[in-house]
Amino acid sequence: MNAITPSKEERAEKLQGMGCRRKRVEDIRFVQGKGNYVDDLKLPNMLYGDFTRSPYAHARITKIDTTKAAAVPGVVAVLTADVLKTVNLAWMPTLAGDVQMVLADGKVLFQNQEVAFVIAEDRYAAADAAELVEVEYEALPVNVDPLKAMADGAPVIREDIKDKKEGAHGPRKHYNHVFAWQSGDKAKTDAVFAKADVTTKELIVYPRVHPCPLETCQCVASFDKIKGELTLWGTFQAPHVIRTVGSLISKIPEHKIHVIAPDIGGGFGNKVGAYSGYICSIVASIVTGRPVKWVEDRIENLSTTAFARDFHMETEIAATKDGRVLGLRCYTIADHGAFDACANASKWPAGLFSIITGSYDFPTAHVLVDGVYTNKAPGGVAYRCSFRVTEAAYAIERAMDIMAQKLGMDPAEFRRKNLIKREQFPYTSALGWQYDSGDYHTALDKALDSVDYKALRAEQKERQAAFKRGETREVMGIGVAFFTEIVGAGPSRNCDILGIAMFDSAEIRIHPTGTGICRLGTKSQGQGHETTYAQIIATELGLPADNIAVEEGNTDTAPYGLGTYGSRSTPVSGAATAMACRKIKAKAQMIAAYMLEVHDDDLEWDVDRFRVKGNPERFKTMTELAWAAYHEVPPGMEPGLEAINYYDPPNFTFPFGAYICVIDIDVDTGVSKIRRFYALDDCGTRINPMIIEGQLHGGLTEAFGIAMGQEIRYDDDGNVMTASLMDYFLPTAVETPNWETDYTVTPSPHHPIGAKGIGESPNVGGVPAFSNAVNDAFAFLGSTHIAMPHDHWRTWAAAEKLGLHG
Amino acid sequence: MAKSHVTMTVNGKTVEALVEPRTLLIHFLREQLNLTGPHIGCETSHCGACTVDLNGRSVKSCTVFAVQAEGGDLRTIEGMAAADGTLHALQEGFREMHGLQCGFCTPGMITRAYRLLQENPSPSEEEIRFGIAGNLCRCTGYQNIVKAIQYAADKLSGAAKEAAE
Repeated sequence: MNAITPSKEERAEKLQGMGCRRKRVEDIRFVQGKGNYVDDLKLPNMLYGDFTRSPYAHARITKIDTTKAAAVPGVVAVLTADVLKTVNLAWMPTLAGDVQMVLADGKVLFQNQEVAFVIAEDRYAAADAAELVEVEYEALPVNVDPLKAMADGAPVIREDIKDKKEGAHGPRKHYNHVFAWQSGDKAKTDAVFAKADVTTKELIVYPRVHPCPLETCQCVASFDKIKGELTLWGTFQAPHVIRTVGSLISKIPEHKIHVIAPDIGGGFGNKVGAYSGYICSIVASIVTGRPVKWVEDRIENLSTTAFARDFHMETEIAATKDGRVLGLRCYTIADHGAFDACANASKWPAGLFSIITGSYDFPTAHVLVDGVYTNKAPGGVAYRCSFRVTEAAYAIERAMDIMAQKLGMDPAEFRRKNLIKREQFPYTSALGWQYDSGDYHTALDKALDSVDYKALRAEQKERQAAFKRGETREVMGIGVAFFTEIVGAGPSRNCDILGIAMFDSAEIRIHPTGTGICRLGTKSQGQGHETTYAQIIATELGLPADNIAVEEGNTDTAPYGLGTYGSRSTPVSGAATAMACRKIKAKAQMIAAYMLEVHDDDLEWDVDRFRVKGNPERFKTMTELAWAAYHEVPPGMEPGLEAINYYDPPNFTFPFGAYICVIDIDVDTGVSKIRRFYALDDCGTRINPMIIEGQLHGGLTEAFGIAMGQEIRYDDDGNVMTASLMDYFLPTAVETPNWETDYTVTPSPHHPIGAKGIGESPNVGGVPAFSNAVNDAFAFLGSTHIAMPHDHWRTWAAAEKLGLHG
Repeated sequence: MAKSHVTMTVNGKTVEALVEPRTLLIHFLREQLNLTGPHIGCETSHCGACTVDLNGRSVKSCTVFAVQAEGGDLRTIEGMAAADGTLHALQEGFREMHGLQCGFCTPGMITRAYRLLQENPSPSEEEIRFGIAGNLCRCTGYQNIVKAIQYAADKLSGAAKEAAE
């Protein structure tokens, strides 16, 4: 007979399972400087690669002379497109169905494009030699304006496909056209607009920005000529995708490619794609027979690897005069730069942009997106958001404010009137998405009460009056945003990457002593996966989280997965983890029944053990059952205790939230101060509140950066003007406000543990909340839309335009 | 390129080496001494991931030549814990208060905070925010970093008081 045991609560607490603020496992190494990032890697005989890049945004290359570069002491080889052609790698396929130059082939299409790759004994020699590659250019006319890309006579960006009438996503309208993509019922929507009491229309631009993780993109390629095997370490958010794509491009059999993503210093979407640096390092290692390291510098990072956004969204709403929305129309021009290297699920050239109806009950809607080529860097990644979801949320949340202003309604009241009601879930939107669950009105009301919204509006009214009387030069803005995300790609019926269904995976092995390891197809870049996946397992299996190791990022050991982006780790691999646990638990139950000499059905689960129903003193703990699985399994049962699950989610998850921002702006200087920012999030079941709050703080700070200052800007000649941290705004501790976080819990009904994902919500909801606050501050002076980013200069300029400077 | 001879104290130990005169201190630390705690985030002194402590000042080692550290007394994140492995109050505080996520800025941030607390043992929130403004973090939004530094300041001043009593 087993001894009397601690109470249920005491036992549960010891597990450190779901819901507890478990301290992070990863931190032990990070706070001691013992993380293992790509640039920390040092292999014997390792070489270093560096790029020669184009100073021109658009030019024909007439000559490349590598003689001087090759003569620099320490230089081993110089790659150009002509060299890459000998192995058929001058171009590579993109995730979006386009092709992209690895090294400039005949011409350059954007500034800082890769022209030659120098390989040398150390990084200094490589940098010296890269400067000595002599390239002769003939400048060509440049276009960096997406709205002019499809004009008659616009410069031809892509000569390679100039005459191609069909693109990867259907017919092309113009030689600079990438794709047209639409959703919804155009005729019905147009009819609604023709009859509506009130309509609004605004060109809402989400500028080109960059995720800018603190660690840039980098890799080490090591080709073993004897075995014919490639090992590739790199900053990969999706290691298995890199392996498969790498195999398809290089023709090295996939089982002979080993991809390893060690610790990653932030990703935010920047590290999803495949870049020239990776391909050149692989080729260089094959050519030289030595390991080759490539590390991007910050300017290269900001100007070449994967921008985000650059969506120009003409957004219209139709409503009744008492404030009920009737229809939404949005025509978008998407600037993809010189190559469509968008990181979307392959069938979705505009991502999940059709989430644009947001949190509101729109009876009709229609969206059309035209992708275009310009002389800008390729990319189009989801910077801390699911594919194009932040663009959609920004458009709808700005448009809702613009309509509220036209109707003379309070923006919160206008939203409340149109929010999808709790009883409407599962809710099918006009653009075809089935929202899993939500309780929007409760969330909005809690948010408004928490900030005492009525008092804020009363204060604002007084201040507006004082401003008009000339007693103050400060205006006050209150920004409200209510967002719905679509994350966790994805159901394989909706989503694939180059044909690979977007499932994800977890493999769990429980060792004889009751500890274990879980390996997954996702890859943390700071999200704390080693901590949180173990919490799911602790709750599901009743083993302490401290006894579970979590391993990601090694394609040899991890089951196949599509990686971490689009808030998909918890919705997909979190589900896979729970499902794998349940397989293990089912087997453990059979072992317990055998040991306790009862039928399976006579047992019940109790935190960390199976006990006999009605006789709780007869039980077997999971730790005991782990030992038994390797020691005394029932006759006919396989020994061992492990399981693998590939989880193909039945639907996306739809996290939501209500954010409120209060801002004070000095109209004479344009200087703004965030007085208060309140964020209420509903991500369903909460696995680790400490980590959730951390994700929110970080995401809100990124949203603050985007809304208040970030932009990758080009001049008319295609020079990128914001490619260093001197020019590209990353918030410091000084200007970053304090964040107030709050929550409601509406579990996802289709997810095994009800979790929806949290990492990207603050970016999606934060940007419109900031922008709405700035716009709200000036609305009483007749302004309807001031474009992002709201830096001091632009805010001052907006005040100037409104005639506030006398 | 002719090499220069340098001698300096790094984390309490004397090191001697030959370096190219143009070798940056961060590359010397990371590649010659294998101290990979300090990181490279920008190479332009903006991000602070490479912050080390040199002669009692926080220095961004990506824009200092190794030869400029000649004869210097240098401390990196690797020299922050006690000899017996006990974590420094700052290292403990960063974990306790969730002051890090990806960990890339953390070594520089802790090294900077170390000097800040040497100069001002009980800083206000505003002083902390100003004091770490040269160190960028893309993950945490700084709120918990501020708390982590306050945690360390409290712990260190508590220990100092105890020692005085």
